[in-house]
Amino acid sequence: MNFDFTEEQEILRKMARDFLTKEFPKTLVREMEEDTTGFRPDIWKKMAELGWMGLIIPEEYGGSSGSFLDLMVLLEEIGQGCLVSPFFSTVICTSVLLDIANEEQKKEFLPRIASGEKIFALALTEPSASYDASGIETTATQKNDGYQINGVKLFVNDAQVADYFICVTKTNLSSTPEEGITIFLVDANTEGIKVIPLPTIADDKQNEVVFEDVIVPKGNMLGRLNGEWQAVERLLNFASTAKCAEMIGGADWTVESCVAYAKERVQFGKPIGSFGIIQHYLAEMWADISHTKRLVYHAGWLLEQGLPCAKEAAMAKARMSDVYKRCTRMGVQIFGGIGTTREHDMGLYYRRARQALPLFGSPDLCREKIAKELGL
Amino acid sequence: MDFRFTPEQEALQKEFEGFCKEEATRAPEGWIGGLSAEETDEGWAYHQSVVKKVAAKGWLSLPWPKEYGGHGHGPVEQLIFNEVTAYYRVPALPFHFMTVAAGIMVYGSEEQKKEWLPKIARAEINWAEGLSEPNAGSDLASLNTTAVEDGDDYVINGQKVWTSGAHRSDHIFILARTGTRESRHKGLTFFINEIGPGIEFRPLIFMNRSHFYNETFIEDFRVPKRNIVGKVNQGWYVMMAGRNFARANISFAAAGKRDLEDLIEYCKQTQSGGQVMAKDPLIRQKLAEFSIDFEAALKFAYYLSWLQSKGQDIAAEAAACGYFSSELNLRLANTAMEIMGLYGTIKRESKWAPLYGKFQDLCQWGSGFTIAGGTTEIRKNVIAWIGLKLPRG
Repeated sequence: MNFDFTEEQEILRKMARDFLTKEFPKTLVREMEEDTTGFRPDIWKKMAELGWMGLIIPEEYGGSSGSFLDLMVLLEEIGQGCLVSPFFSTVICTSVLLDIANEEQKKEFLPRIASGEKIFALALTEPSASYDASGIETTATQKNDGYQINGVKLFVNDAQVADYFICVTKTNLSSTPEEGITIFLVDANTEGIKVIPLPTIADDKQNEVVFEDVIVPKGNMLGRLNGEWQAVERLLNFASTAKCAEMIGGADWTVESCVAYAKERVQFGKPIGSFGIIQHYLAEMWADISHTKRLVYHAGWLLEQGLPCAKEAAMAKARMSDVYKRCTRMGVQIFGGIGTTREHDMGLYYRRARQALPLFGSPDLCREKIAKELGL
Repeated sequence: MDFRFTPEQEALQKEFEGFCKEEATRAPEGWIGGLSAEETDEGWAYHQSVVKKVAAKGWLSLPWPKEYGGHGHGPVEQLIFNEVTAYYRVPALPFHFMTVAAGIMVYGSEEQKKEWLPKIARAEINWAEGLSEPNAGSDLASLNTTAVEDGDDYVINGQKVWTSGAHRSDHIFILARTGTRESRHKGLTFFINEIGPGIEFRPLIFMNRSHFYNETFIEDFRVPKRNIVGKVNQGWYVMMAGRNFARANISFAAAGKRDLEDLIEYCKQTQSGGQVMAKDPLIRQKLAEFSIDFEAALKFAYYLSWLQSKGQDIAAEAAACGYFSSELNLRLANTAMEIMGLYGTIKRESKWAPLYGKFQDLCQWGSGFTIAGGTTEIRKNVIAWIGLKLPRG
């Protein structure tokens, strides 16, 4: 048993924190929230130089063969720093490529992801806003030597800057939904694709993406025809646990900042942190996060080991989402009036917590999954 | 990071499980574990028989240093033992034995170690705990019971309360004031002695009618000086040594997980409103949430034992562990009663009682676990003051 991060991981953490503090101050976070692309190519390039996009890509494809826990360390810092960038989107798409792309596809795309040349976005969810196979209504039908995609994808994060989409489609209309799922890699510049911004609470660059008679060459199919619903499930475990790591970073920021503020903010002649009620709010937040981290790291460790983790990932996502929501709510309360303003950092986290909660499985959905696992 | 046990730890776990599964079959009907060992003669007899076997296997002294007859295991191995016994509801540990043993190991004289530790490891002693007083609960350091030097003895006078299991005990440990009242925790001394003249116990009946706690009246109770553990006025630290030894509390979480499994089984088998309870979306959500929370509590306890095995001070983490798990168990008991509806209120004596009326019982016992050994509020204070370094008001 060992609950520590490795020395290398601690170095990675420190480097990431230093980089984000220097290159991505909260003033820039706010600027990027207002910016329509939310993208700074110069900073993206530096992130690539630091090896972030190539972190989980094997060395033979231009990456550094890092582990999932390495990625979690980085995502904790990204969550702490509120980085606005297509990093998360690109990395979860990378996981799909690593999982089911053929050798030729890996050789073509992975090095270009690692170098920062190409940005990927996940086109999975639809107006059904569901993570079930039955929620996929976008179709891909065989046409000449390729496939023709039609449908609407909703909540496509970073579509506005993506070079490629990983697009999940329905290719068998007569089978069960799970037995008719095919995944395509779609060039974002293909004719028939329309990207419409979808404004959301976190200003995190969500989009509606309309696919109208979009033609994709056969060679862009990832994995098997009709056979990749399980890959979507693996992707969801990966993405939700990765999102949990981001949430840990945000939750840690909340407690640390609130503790610091409670020590300096004086009312009634005393720091508010000397009042029992504020101490107990903070103690509860800290205890809640400390407990929940073990669930998240356990899911992450299972993922890293390649062990089954559906139940553990659901446990982590359900509890982490709820804890982040509660902590940021209490965080605003502790900061008081100033915490409710656009200019204060607390709101950045408060809004992000509410965005992260339903992504890749809401707590209710996760708990229902667990109920099934419990044989209920 | 690595969540696996070592092969040796896995083997130990297997051995403990084998033992506990076997012992669990001998439990009295309707046995709910925990404090029920002290309640009835039947429960006490079961408890004593298990404890003797555990002692014979040498498992009472798993983490003790080898020189004192222990196995030199770490906090993780101890936690595995505690988890398995709590999960199988096997009453494997004598009450309070670790508090005294740890105090003696860390602060006792060579003579005391030779005299007491082997007897404790063989489970030959049942201890009554003399710590809390009517006016010294959370503020234990303000306690009033006095010990005054008289020749080769100290003479103790005062009153203790919540003396758990005193009516089943033969020995008592007492934290008494030897310094001034103002000296607070620096004026206390730790005494151990056989129970004798000058000690009177009166039952303090719990709300569920159980006799577990007692009031203790102490009048001119004489304790020889050689039964002082540590130095005079060092008693607070002697007591804390015991707490430090077993900081990661996993018994609440492990026992609660088992109770949850019973509740899940009940919901699978019980009809309500024309359908089986397990199909009710609200009940599914609640049960899933508890299973997540218990998993978090168990993992957190192991995390603590890991920190402790590295020699880290875990006061704040231990406080978090204690309050999280005790509150969780109480919440489970209350939710279980709600799910069961009217049936949830029936006590074990009735043939109508589901699961031997366990949850109405736990709902009462549980309200004590969020108080005993540190209230939820004190535990949050510890997190705030020690963990987060917030100023004391």
